[in-house]
Amino acid sequence: MATFSTNEFKAGLKVMLDGDPAAIIENEFVKPGKGQAFNRVKIRNLKTGRVIERTFKSGESLEGADVVDIEMQYLYNDGQFRHFMVPDTFEQYQADEKAVGDAGLWLKDQDMCTVTLWNDVPLSIVPANFVELAITETDPGVRGDTSGGGGKPAVLETGAVVRVPLFVQTGEVIKVDTRTSEYVSRVKE
Amino acid sequence: MTPGDWRPTGSLEHLRQRARMLAAIRRFFDESNILEVETPLLCHGIGTDPQLAFFSTEFCFHPNRQMLYLQTSPEFAMKRLLAAGYGSMYQICKAFRNGESGRFHNPEFTLLEWYRVGFDLFQLMAEIDRLIQVVAKPFRTLKQTHTVHYQEIFRNYTGLDPLMFSASVYREFAESAGLPEAVSICENDHALWLDFLFSHCVQPHLGEGRLCMVYGFPACQSSLARLNADNPAITDRVEIFIDGVELGNGFYELCNADEQEARFDKEIEFRSSNGLPPVDKDRRFLQALESGLPDCSGMAIGLDRLLMVMAGAESIEHVLAFPVDRA
Repeated sequence: MATFSTNEFKAGLKVMLDGDPAAIIENEFVKPGKGQAFNRVKIRNLKTGRVIERTFKSGESLEGADVVDIEMQYLYNDGQFRHFMVPDTFEQYQADEKAVGDAGLWLKDQDMCTVTLWNDVPLSIVPANFVELAITETDPGVRGDTSGGGGKPAVLETGAVVRVPLFVQTGEVIKVDTRTSEYVSRVKE
Repeated sequence: MTPGDWRPTGSLEHLRQRARMLAAIRRFFDESNILEVETPLLCHGIGTDPQLAFFSTEFCFHPNRQMLYLQTSPEFAMKRLLAAGYGSMYQICKAFRNGESGRFHNPEFTLLEWYRVGFDLFQLMAEIDRLIQVVAKPFRTLKQTHTVHYQEIFRNYTGLDPLMFSASVYREFAESAGLPEAVSICENDHALWLDFLFSHCVQPHLGEGRLCMVYGFPACQSSLARLNADNPAITDRVEIFIDGVELGNGFYELCNADEQEARFDKEIEFRSSNGLPPVDKDRRFLQALESGLPDCSGMAIGLDRLLMVMAGAESIEHVLAFPVDRA
Protein backbone atom coordinates (compact mmCIF):
# COMPACT_ATOMS: atom_id res chain seq x y z
CA MET A 1 0.00 0.00 0.00
CA ALA A 2 1.20 3.51 -0.77
CA THR A 3 2.22 5.94 1.96
CA PHE A 4 0.94 9.48 2.19
CA SER A 5 2.79 12.50 3.50
CA THR A 6 1.10 15.18 5.63
CA ASN A 7 0.81 17.40 2.54
CA GLU A 8 -1.38 14.75 0.92
CA PHE A 9 -3.74 14.42 3.89
CA LYS A 10 -7.04 15.47 2.35
CA ALA A 11 -10.52 14.97 3.70
CA GLY A 12 -11.61 11.43 2.86
CA LEU A 13 -8.12 9.91 2.57
CA LYS A 14 -7.95 6.51 4.28
CA VAL A 15 -4.82 5.74 6.27
CA MET A 16 -3.62 3.37 8.96
CA LEU A 17 -3.36 4.96 12.39
CA ASP A 18 -2.26 2.93 15.42
CA GLY A 19 -3.13 -0.27 13.57
CA ASP A 20 -6.68 0.77 12.69
CA PRO A 21 -8.02 2.12 9.41
CA ALA A 22 -8.94 5.78 9.70
CA ALA A 23 -10.29 8.56 7.50
CA ILE A 24 -8.86 12.09 7.43
CA ILE A 25 -11.52 14.71 8.17
CA GLU A 26 -9.49 17.91 8.37
CA ASN A 27 -5.83 18.84 8.08
CA GLU A 28 -4.43 22.15 9.27
CA PHE A 29 -0.87 23.27 8.58
CA VAL A 30 0.55 24.92 11.70
CA LYS A 31 3.87 26.68 11.50
CA PRO A 32 5.40 29.18 13.87
CA GLY A 33 7.25 31.74 11.70
CA LYS A 34 10.57 30.76 13.21
CA GLY A 35 9.84 27.20 14.11
CA GLN A 36 9.03 23.65 13.19
CA ALA A 37 5.98 23.00 10.98
CA PHE A 38 3.24 20.67 12.19
CA ASN A 39 0.02 19.31 10.79
CA ARG A 40 -2.92 19.22 13.17
CA VAL A 41 -5.16 16.50 11.81
CA LYS A 42 -8.74 15.55 12.66
CA ILE A 43 -9.19 11.89 11.91
CA ARG A 44 -11.93 9.29 12.30
CA ASN A 45 -11.16 5.76 13.41
CA LEU A 46 -13.23 3.70 10.97
CA LYS A 47 -13.51 0.77 13.37
CA THR A 48 -14.89 2.68 16.34
CA GLY A 49 -16.22 5.78 14.57
CA ARG A 50 -14.40 7.94 17.11
CA VAL A 51 -12.93 11.23 15.96
CA ILE A 52 -9.60 12.30 17.43
CA GLU A 53 -7.11 15.09 16.86
CA ARG A 54 -3.50 14.24 16.28
CA THR A 55 -0.47 16.34 15.45
CA PHE A 56 2.21 15.22 13.01
CA LYS A 57 5.53 16.74 12.16
CA SER A 58 5.11 18.11 8.64
CA GLY A 59 6.54 15.68 6.13
CA GLU A 60 5.79 12.60 8.26
CA SER A 61 3.82 9.97 6.44
CA LEU A 62 1.22 7.30 7.14
CA GLU A 63 0.55 4.08 5.35
CA GLY A 64 -2.58 4.11 3.22
CA ALA A 65 -5.41 1.82 4.30
CA ASP A 66 -6.94 -0.57 1.80
CA VAL A 67 -10.43 0.73 2.41
CA VAL A 68 -13.05 0.92 -0.33
CA ASP A 69 -16.76 1.72 -0.39
CA ILE A 70 -18.79 -0.62 -2.61
CA GLU A 71 -22.49 -0.56 -3.44
CA MET A 72 -23.93 -3.94 -2.55
CA GLN A 73 -27.27 -5.63 -2.29
CA TYR A 74 -28.28 -6.91 1.14
CA LEU A 75 -29.28 -10.56 0.84
CA TYR A 76 -30.22 -12.06 4.21
CA ASN A 77 -29.36 -12.53 7.86
CA ASP A 78 -28.33 -16.05 8.87
CA GLY A 79 -28.55 -15.25 12.57
CA GLN A 80 -24.81 -14.75 12.94
CA PHE A 81 -23.83 -12.86 9.80
CA ARG A 82 -25.50 -10.54 7.34
CA HIS A 83 -24.79 -11.39 3.72
CA PHE A 84 -24.22 -8.91 0.90
CA MET A 85 -23.60 -9.23 -2.82
CA VAL A 86 -21.96 -7.06 -5.46
CA PRO A 87 -24.62 -7.02 -8.21
CA ASP A 88 -22.19 -6.88 -11.15
CA THR A 89 -19.91 -9.72 -10.08
CA PHE A 90 -22.21 -11.71 -7.78
CA GLU A 91 -19.32 -11.66 -5.30
CA GLN A 92 -20.63 -12.18 -1.78
CA TYR A 93 -19.47 -10.86 1.57
CA GLN A 94 -20.55 -11.60 5.13
CA ALA A 95 -20.49 -9.03 7.90
CA ASP A 96 -20.77 -9.61 11.63
CA GLU A 97 -23.02 -7.49 13.87
CA LYS A 98 -20.08 -5.32 14.91
CA ALA A 99 -19.51 -4.23 11.32
CA VAL A 100 -23.23 -3.86 10.64
CA GLY A 101 -23.90 -1.78 13.74
CA ASP A 102 -26.96 0.47 13.66
CA ALA A 103 -27.25 0.06 9.90
CA GLY A 104 -28.92 -3.29 10.69
CA LEU A 105 -32.05 -1.38 11.71
CA TRP A 106 -32.57 -0.26 8.11
CA LEU A 107 -31.55 -3.31 6.09
CA LYS A 108 -34.34 -5.03 4.17
CA ASP A 109 -33.67 -7.99 1.89
CA GLN A 110 -32.80 -6.93 -1.67
CA ASP A 111 -32.12 -3.28 -0.71
CA MET A 112 -28.93 -1.58 -1.84
CA CYS A 113 -26.45 -0.19 0.69
CA THR A 114 -22.80 0.87 0.90
CA VAL A 115 -20.38 -1.65 2.35
CA THR A 116 -16.95 -0.40 3.43
CA LEU A 117 -14.33 -3.09 2.96
CA TRP A 118 -11.00 -3.07 4.77
CA ASN A 119 -8.56 -5.60 3.32
CA ASP A 120 -11.59 -7.12 1.59
CA VAL A 121 -13.53 -7.66 4.84
CA PRO A 122 -16.65 -5.60 5.67
CA LEU A 123 -15.74 -2.91 8.19
CA SER A 124 -18.96 -0.93 8.24
CA ILE A 125 -22.29 -0.58 6.44
CA VAL A 126 -24.14 2.58 5.48
CA PRO A 127 -27.77 2.09 4.45
CA ALA A 128 -29.33 4.05 1.57
CA ASN A 129 -30.31 7.60 2.59
CA PHE A 130 -33.97 6.71 2.09
CA VAL A 131 -35.52 3.30 2.69
CA GLU A 132 -39.10 2.07 2.34
CA LEU A 133 -40.27 -0.16 5.14
CA ALA A 134 -43.60 -1.62 6.31
CA ILE A 135 -44.98 -0.77 9.72
CA THR A 136 -45.46 -3.88 11.82
CA GLU A 137 -46.89 -2.20 14.86
CA THR A 138 -48.30 1.18 15.83
CA ASP A 139 -51.22 2.45 17.89
CA PRO A 140 -54.39 3.07 15.89
CA GLY A 141 -54.62 6.75 15.08
CA VAL A 142 -57.34 9.09 16.29
CA ARG A 143 -60.11 9.39 13.70
CA GLY A 144 -60.23 12.62 11.77
CA ASP A 145 -56.65 13.61 12.56
CA THR A 146 -54.92 13.95 9.22
CA SER A 147 -52.35 16.58 9.96
CA GLY A 148 -50.19 14.63 12.36
CA GLY A 149 -49.19 17.19 14.96
CA GLY A 150 -47.21 15.24 17.54
CA GLY A 151 -47.14 11.77 16.06
CA LYS A 152 -46.63 8.34 17.62
CA PRO A 153 -43.98 5.62 17.60
CA ALA A 154 -44.14 2.90 14.95
CA VAL A 155 -42.15 -0.34 14.80
CA LEU A 156 -40.90 -1.19 11.30
CA GLU A 157 -40.28 -4.58 9.73
CA THR A 158 -36.55 -4.30 10.36
CA GLY A 159 -37.02 -3.54 14.06
CA ALA A 160 -36.36 0.19 13.82
CA VAL A 161 -38.72 2.52 15.70
CA VAL A 162 -39.59 5.91 14.17
CA ARG A 163 -42.13 8.59 14.96
CA VAL A 164 -44.93 8.75 12.41
CA PRO A 165 -48.03 10.95 12.05
CA LEU A 166 -51.15 9.72 13.77
CA PHE A 167 -52.94 8.84 10.52
CA VAL A 168 -50.37 6.24 9.48
CA GLN A 169 -51.46 2.68 10.22
CA THR A 170 -49.99 -0.78 10.78
CA GLY A 171 -49.30 -2.54 7.47
CA GLU A 172 -48.60 0.63 5.57
CA VAL A 173 -45.25 1.21 3.90
CA ILE A 174 -43.43 4.43 4.74
CA LYS A 175 -40.33 6.21 3.50
CA VAL A 176 -37.70 7.00 6.16
CA ASP A 177 -34.54 9.12 6.11
CA THR A 178 -31.92 6.81 7.64
CA ARG A 179 -29.53 9.68 8.48
CA THR A 180 -32.01 11.27 10.88
CA SER A 181 -34.33 8.29 11.54
CA GLU A 182 -37.22 10.52 10.49
CA TYR A 183 -40.43 9.68 8.71
CA VAL A 184 -40.66 11.29 5.26
CA SER A 185 -43.92 10.11 3.69
CA ARG A 186 -46.31 7.27 3.08
CA VAL A 187 -45.54 5.10 0.06
CA LYS A 188 -48.49 4.30 -2.19
CA GLU A 189 -48.46 0.59 -3.03
CA MET B 1 -7.56 21.87 -14.02
CA THR B 2 -11.20 22.31 -13.27
CA PRO B 3 -13.48 24.60 -15.21
CA GLY B 4 -13.93 27.88 -13.42
CA ASP B 5 -10.52 27.86 -11.74
CA TRP B 6 -9.44 30.84 -13.84
CA ARG B 7 -11.51 32.91 -11.43
CA PRO B 8 -9.97 34.76 -8.49
CA THR B 9 -10.49 33.31 -5.01
CA GLY B 10 -10.41 36.75 -3.40
CA SER B 11 -13.56 38.83 -3.66
CA LEU B 12 -13.46 42.33 -5.14
CA GLU B 13 -14.34 43.67 -1.69
CA HIS B 14 -11.32 41.97 -0.11
CA LEU B 15 -9.02 43.23 -2.87
CA ARG B 16 -10.33 46.77 -2.31
CA GLN B 17 -9.64 46.37 1.41
CA ARG B 18 -6.13 45.18 0.57
CA ALA B 19 -5.49 48.27 -1.55
CA ARG B 20 -6.75 50.55 1.22
CA MET B 21 -4.66 48.73 3.83
CA LEU B 22 -1.48 49.13 1.75
CA ALA B 23 -2.23 52.83 1.27
CA ALA B 24 -2.78 53.29 5.03
CA ILE B 25 0.54 51.59 5.83
CA ARG B 26 2.44 53.74 3.34
CA ARG B 27 0.78 56.85 4.76
CA PHE B 28 1.75 55.78 8.29
CA PHE B 29 5.44 55.50 7.42
CA ASP B 30 5.49 58.52 5.14
CA GLU B 31 4.14 60.61 8.00
CA SER B 32 7.10 59.48 10.12
CA ASN B 33 9.47 60.26 7.26
CA ILE B 34 10.55 56.68 6.85
CA LEU B 35 11.99 55.84 3.45
CA GLU B 36 10.26 53.23 1.32
CA VAL B 37 12.80 50.95 -0.35
CA GLU B 38 12.85 48.07 -2.81
CA THR B 39 15.48 45.35 -2.69
CA PRO B 40 15.95 42.31 -4.97
CA LEU B 41 13.55 39.40 -4.69
CA LEU B 42 16.06 37.30 -6.61
CA CYS B 43 19.25 37.02 -4.56
CA HIS B 44 22.65 35.33 -4.51
CA GLY B 45 22.50 34.67 -0.81
CA ILE B 46 19.80 33.09 1.33
CA GLY B 47 19.19 32.58 5.04
CA THR B 48 20.56 29.52 6.79
CA ASP B 49 17.51 29.09 9.04
CA PRO B 50 16.74 25.35 8.90
CA GLN B 51 13.01 26.06 9.39
CA LEU B 52 12.75 28.11 6.20
CA ALA B 53 12.75 26.26 2.89
CA PHE B 54 13.53 28.36 -0.16
CA PHE B 55 12.94 28.40 -3.90
CA SER B 56 15.94 28.43 -6.15
CA THR B 57 16.33 29.15 -9.81
CA GLU B 58 19.09 29.53 -12.35
CA PHE B 59 20.35 32.74 -13.88
CA CYS B 60 21.49 31.83 -17.40
CA PHE B 61 23.78 34.50 -18.75
CA HIS B 62 25.72 32.80 -21.46
CA PRO B 63 28.18 31.23 -20.92
CA ASN B 64 27.58 31.37 -17.17
CA ARG B 65 24.96 29.75 -15.03
CA GLN B 66 24.35 30.94 -11.52
CA MET B 67 22.12 29.71 -8.75
CA LEU B 68 19.81 32.42 -7.44
CA TYR B 69 17.24 32.29 -4.66
CA LEU B 70 13.87 33.92 -4.14
CA GLN B 71 14.14 35.76 -0.87
CA THR B 72 12.47 34.31 2.23
CA SER B 73 12.53 37.85 3.64
CA PRO B 74 14.21 41.15 2.68
CA GLU B 75 16.15 41.22 5.94
CA PHE B 76 19.71 40.78 4.62
CA ALA B 77 19.34 43.33 1.83
CA MET B 78 17.73 45.89 4.12
CA LYS B 79 20.44 45.44 6.74
CA ARG B 80 23.03 46.09 4.05
CA LEU B 81 21.27 49.39 3.36
CA LEU B 82 21.28 50.13 7.09
CA ALA B 83 24.99 49.35 7.32
CA ALA B 84 25.55 51.72 4.42
CA GLY B 85 23.98 54.45 6.55
CA TYR B 86 20.69 54.89 4.67
CA GLY B 87 18.71 55.25 7.90
CA SER B 88 15.29 53.96 8.96
CA MET B 89 13.34 52.34 6.13
CA TYR B 90 10.38 50.16 5.26
CA GLN B 91 9.50 47.83 2.43
CA ILE B 92 6.35 46.10 1.21
CA CYS B 93 7.36 43.14 -0.92
CA LYS B 94 6.74 39.55 -1.82
CA ALA B 95 8.57 36.86 0.12
CA PHE B 96 8.72 33.18 -0.74
CA ARG B 97 8.77 30.12 1.48
CA ASN B 98 8.82 26.69 -0.03
CA GLY B 99 6.63 23.89 1.27
CA GLU B 100 4.19 26.20 3.05
CA SER B 101 0.58 26.00 2.04
CA GLY B 102 -2.55 25.90 4.14
CA ARG B 103 -5.34 27.98 5.61
CA PHE B 104 -2.81 30.54 6.86
CA HIS B 105 0.02 29.95 4.39
CA ASN B 106 0.75 30.61 0.75
CA PRO B 107 4.30 29.99 -0.50
CA GLU B 108 4.35 33.49 -2.00
CA PHE B 109 3.09 36.17 0.37
CA THR B 110 3.24 39.88 1.04
CA LEU B 111 5.50 41.12 3.77
CA LEU B 112 5.86 44.49 5.42
CA GLU B 113 9.32 44.86 6.90
CA TRP B 114 10.74 47.92 8.58
CA TYR B 115 13.81 48.99 10.53
CA ARG B 116 14.12 51.80 13.00
CA VAL B 117 17.61 53.09 13.69
CA GLY B 118 18.14 53.85 17.36
CA PHE B 119 15.00 52.01 18.52
CA ASP B 120 15.15 49.34 21.18
CA LEU B 121 12.57 46.56 21.38
CA PHE B 122 10.11 48.56 23.48
CA GLN B 123 10.17 51.58 21.23
CA LEU B 124 9.58 49.25 18.31
CA MET B 125 6.65 47.61 20.12
CA ALA B 126 5.06 51.00 20.75
CA GLU B 127 5.29 51.75 17.02
CA ILE B 128 3.85 48.33 16.09
CA ASP B 129 0.89 49.07 18.34
CA ARG B 130 0.28 52.45 16.68
CA LEU B 131 0.52 50.96 13.21
CA ILE B 132 -1.90 48.12 13.98
CA GLN B 133 -4.44 50.57 15.43
CA VAL B 134 -4.24 52.69 12.27
CA VAL B 135 -4.66 49.66 10.02
CA ALA B 136 -7.53 48.28 12.14
CA LYS B 137 -9.52 51.51 12.22
CA PRO B 138 -11.64 51.06 9.07
CA PHE B 139 -12.19 47.37 9.89
CA ARG B 140 -12.81 46.76 13.57
CA THR B 141 -12.29 48.11 17.04
CA LEU B 142 -9.53 46.34 18.89
CA LYS B 143 -9.52 46.12 22.67
CA GLN B 144 -6.57 47.43 24.67
CA THR B 145 -3.31 45.85 23.49
CA HIS B 146 -1.94 43.05 25.66
CA THR B 147 1.85 43.01 26.11
CA VAL B 148 3.27 39.99 27.88
CA HIS B 149 6.55 38.23 28.50
CA TYR B 150 6.99 34.82 26.81
CA GLN B 151 7.91 33.14 30.07
CA GLU B 152 4.83 34.46 31.82
CA ILE B 153 2.31 33.56 29.10
CA PHE B 154 3.88 30.14 28.59
CA ARG B 155 3.63 29.44 32.29
CA ASN B 156 0.03 30.70 32.39
CA TYR B 157 -1.20 28.16 29.87
CA THR B 158 1.10 25.20 30.55
CA GLY B 159 2.42 25.62 34.09
CA LEU B 160 5.86 24.97 32.61
CA ASP B 161 8.98 27.11 32.69
CA PRO B 162 10.10 27.63 29.08
CA LEU B 163 13.65 28.43 30.18
CA MET B 164 14.11 25.32 32.31
CA PHE B 165 13.81 22.21 30.18
CA SER B 166 12.96 18.94 31.82
CA ALA B 167 11.92 16.19 29.41
CA SER B 168 9.95 14.34 32.09
CA VAL B 169 8.03 17.39 33.29
CA TYR B 170 7.23 18.49 29.73
CA ARG B 171 6.19 14.94 28.84
CA GLU B 172 3.87 14.72 31.80
CA PHE B 173 2.21 17.97 30.80
CA ALA B 174 1.77 16.88 27.15
CA GLU B 175 0.11 13.66 28.25
CA SER B 176 -2.24 15.45 30.62
CA ALA B 177 -3.11 17.97 27.88
CA GLY B 178 -4.16 15.22 25.47
CA LEU B 179 -1.10 15.64 23.27
CA PRO B 180 0.84 12.42 23.88
CA GLU B 181 2.23 12.49 20.33
CA ALA B 182 4.41 15.44 21.39
CA VAL B 183 6.64 12.97 23.25
CA SER B 184 7.77 11.12 20.13
CA ILE B 185 7.85 14.24 17.94
CA CYS B 186 9.89 16.40 20.30
CA GLU B 187 11.99 13.83 22.19
CA ASN B 188 14.72 15.81 23.97
CA ASP B 189 14.71 18.85 21.69
CA HIS B 190 13.92 21.84 23.89
CA ALA B 191 13.27 24.25 20.99
CA LEU B 192 10.93 21.78 19.34
CA TRP B 193 9.03 21.27 22.58
CA LEU B 194 8.57 25.03 22.87
CA ASP B 195 7.33 25.26 19.25
CA PHE B 196 4.92 22.41 19.81
CA LEU B 197 3.49 23.55 23.13
CA PHE B 198 3.38 27.23 22.23
CA SER B 199 1.54 26.63 18.95
CA HIS B 200 -0.91 24.13 20.47
CA CYS B 201 -1.52 25.39 23.98
CA VAL B 202 -0.62 29.08 24.10
CA GLN B 203 -1.04 30.73 20.71
CA PRO B 204 -4.74 29.91 20.21
CA HIS B 205 -5.51 32.07 23.28
CA LEU B 206 -3.45 35.09 22.28
CA GLY B 207 -5.02 38.37 21.21
CA GLU B 208 -8.72 37.63 21.39
CA GLY B 209 -10.21 40.75 19.82
CA ARG B 210 -6.99 42.63 20.48
CA LEU B 211 -3.35 42.90 19.55
CA CYS B 212 -1.14 40.71 21.72
CA MET B 213 2.63 41.25 21.76
CA VAL B 214 4.76 38.50 23.26
CA TYR B 215 8.38 39.43 23.92
CA GLY B 216 11.43 37.86 25.53
CA PHE B 217 11.66 34.61 23.60
CA PRO B 218 14.01 31.90 24.90
CA ALA B 219 17.47 32.14 23.33
CA CYS B 220 17.12 28.75 21.61
CA GLN B 221 14.31 30.21 19.50
CA SER B 222 15.86 32.93 17.39
CA SER B 223 18.79 33.26 15.05
CA LEU B 224 18.93 36.99 14.40
CA ALA B 225 17.82 38.61 17.64
CA ARG B 226 20.14 40.09 20.18
CA LEU B 227 20.52 38.37 23.54
CA ASN B 228 18.98 40.34 26.34
CA ALA B 229 21.58 42.44 28.15
CA ASP B 230 20.31 41.46 31.62
CA ASN B 231 19.39 37.85 30.91
CA PRO B 232 21.26 35.97 28.16
CA ALA B 233 18.74 33.09 28.39
CA ILE B 234 16.26 35.24 26.48
CA THR B 235 16.37 37.32 23.35
CA ASP B 236 14.98 40.74 22.51
CA ARG B 237 12.40 39.35 20.14
CA VAL B 238 8.69 40.11 19.82
CA GLU B 239 5.89 38.23 18.11
CA ILE B 240 2.45 39.67 17.53
CA PHE B 241 -0.94 37.95 17.43
CA ILE B 242 -4.57 38.85 16.85
CA ASP B 243 -7.33 36.30 17.43
CA GLY B 244 -4.74 33.54 17.92
CA VAL B 245 -3.16 34.19 14.52
CA GLU B 246 0.57 34.86 14.36
CA LEU B 247 1.11 38.02 12.31
CA GLY B 248 4.71 39.04 12.66
CA ASN B 249 8.01 38.94 14.31
CA GLY B 250 10.54 41.59 15.35
CA PHE B 251 13.95 41.90 16.91
CA TYR B 252 16.30 44.24 18.57
CA GLU B 253 18.79 43.39 15.88
CA LEU B 254 21.97 41.47 16.39
CA CYS B 255 24.85 43.70 15.24
CA ASN B 256 27.79 41.50 16.14
CA ALA B 257 29.23 39.94 12.97
CA ASP B 258 31.17 37.23 14.82
CA GLU B 259 28.17 36.09 16.79
CA GLN B 260 26.04 36.19 13.62
CA GLU B 261 28.56 34.08 11.77
CA ALA B 262 28.73 31.58 14.62
CA ARG B 263 24.93 31.22 14.51
CA PHE B 264 25.04 30.72 10.73
CA ASP B 265 27.70 28.03 11.13
CA LYS B 266 25.57 26.25 13.68
CA GLU B 267 22.56 26.31 11.36
CA ILE B 268 24.60 25.18 8.36
CA GLU B 269 25.86 22.25 10.40
CA PHE B 270 22.29 21.43 11.45
CA ARG B 271 21.25 21.53 7.78
CA SER B 272 23.95 19.12 6.68
CA SER B 273 23.32 16.66 9.53
CA ASN B 274 19.56 16.73 8.86
CA GLY B 275 19.69 16.27 5.10
CA LEU B 276 18.46 19.78 4.29
CA PRO B 277 19.65 21.59 1.15
CA PRO B 278 23.07 23.17 1.79
CA VAL B 279 23.42 26.94 1.72
CA ASP B 280 26.38 29.29 1.79
CA LYS B 281 26.62 32.05 4.31
CA ASP B 282 25.62 35.37 2.80
CA ARG B 283 29.08 36.90 2.54
CA ARG B 284 27.88 40.40 1.65
CA PHE B 285 25.52 40.44 4.61
CA LEU B 286 28.31 39.40 7.01
CA GLN B 287 30.61 42.04 5.51
CA ALA B 288 27.92 44.64 6.08
CA LEU B 289 27.69 43.60 9.75
CA GLU B 290 31.48 43.78 10.04
CA SER B 291 31.49 47.27 8.64
CA GLY B 292 28.92 48.12 11.30
CA LEU B 293 25.16 47.87 11.56
CA PRO B 294 23.69 50.81 13.44
CA ASP B 295 21.83 50.04 16.63
CA CYS B 296 18.33 49.26 15.37
CA SER B 297 15.15 47.25 15.71
CA GLY B 298 13.23 45.63 12.89
CA MET B 299 9.83 44.10 12.38
CA ALA B 300 8.16 41.95 9.73
CA ILE B 301 4.40 41.51 9.39
CA GLY B 302 2.58 39.17 7.01
CA LEU B 303 0.08 41.46 5.33
CA ASP B 304 -2.13 38.71 3.90
CA ARG B 305 -2.78 37.39 7.39
CA LEU B 306 -3.20 40.87 8.78
CA LEU B 307 -5.91 41.45 6.18
CA MET B 308 -7.46 38.08 7.08
CA VAL B 309 -7.90 38.98 10.73
CA MET B 310 -9.06 42.50 9.91
CA ALA B 311 -11.62 41.43 7.31
CA GLY B 312 -12.62 38.25 9.15
CA ALA B 313 -11.58 35.99 6.26
CA GLU B 314 -11.51 32.27 7.03
CA SER B 315 -8.68 31.37 4.69
CA ILE B 316 -5.72 33.15 3.14
CA GLU B 317 -7.03 32.40 -0.36
CA HIS B 318 -9.96 34.72 0.30
CA VAL B 319 -7.64 37.71 0.57
CA LEU B 320 -5.41 36.75 -2.38
CA ALA B 321 -6.35 37.27 -6.01
CA PHE B 322 -4.89 33.86 -6.83
CA PRO B 323 -3.37 31.40 -4.31
CA VAL B 324 -0.58 29.12 -5.46
CA ASP B 325 -2.84 26.41 -6.88
CA ARG B 326 -4.42 28.96 -9.24
CA ALA B 327 -1.31 31.03 -9.86
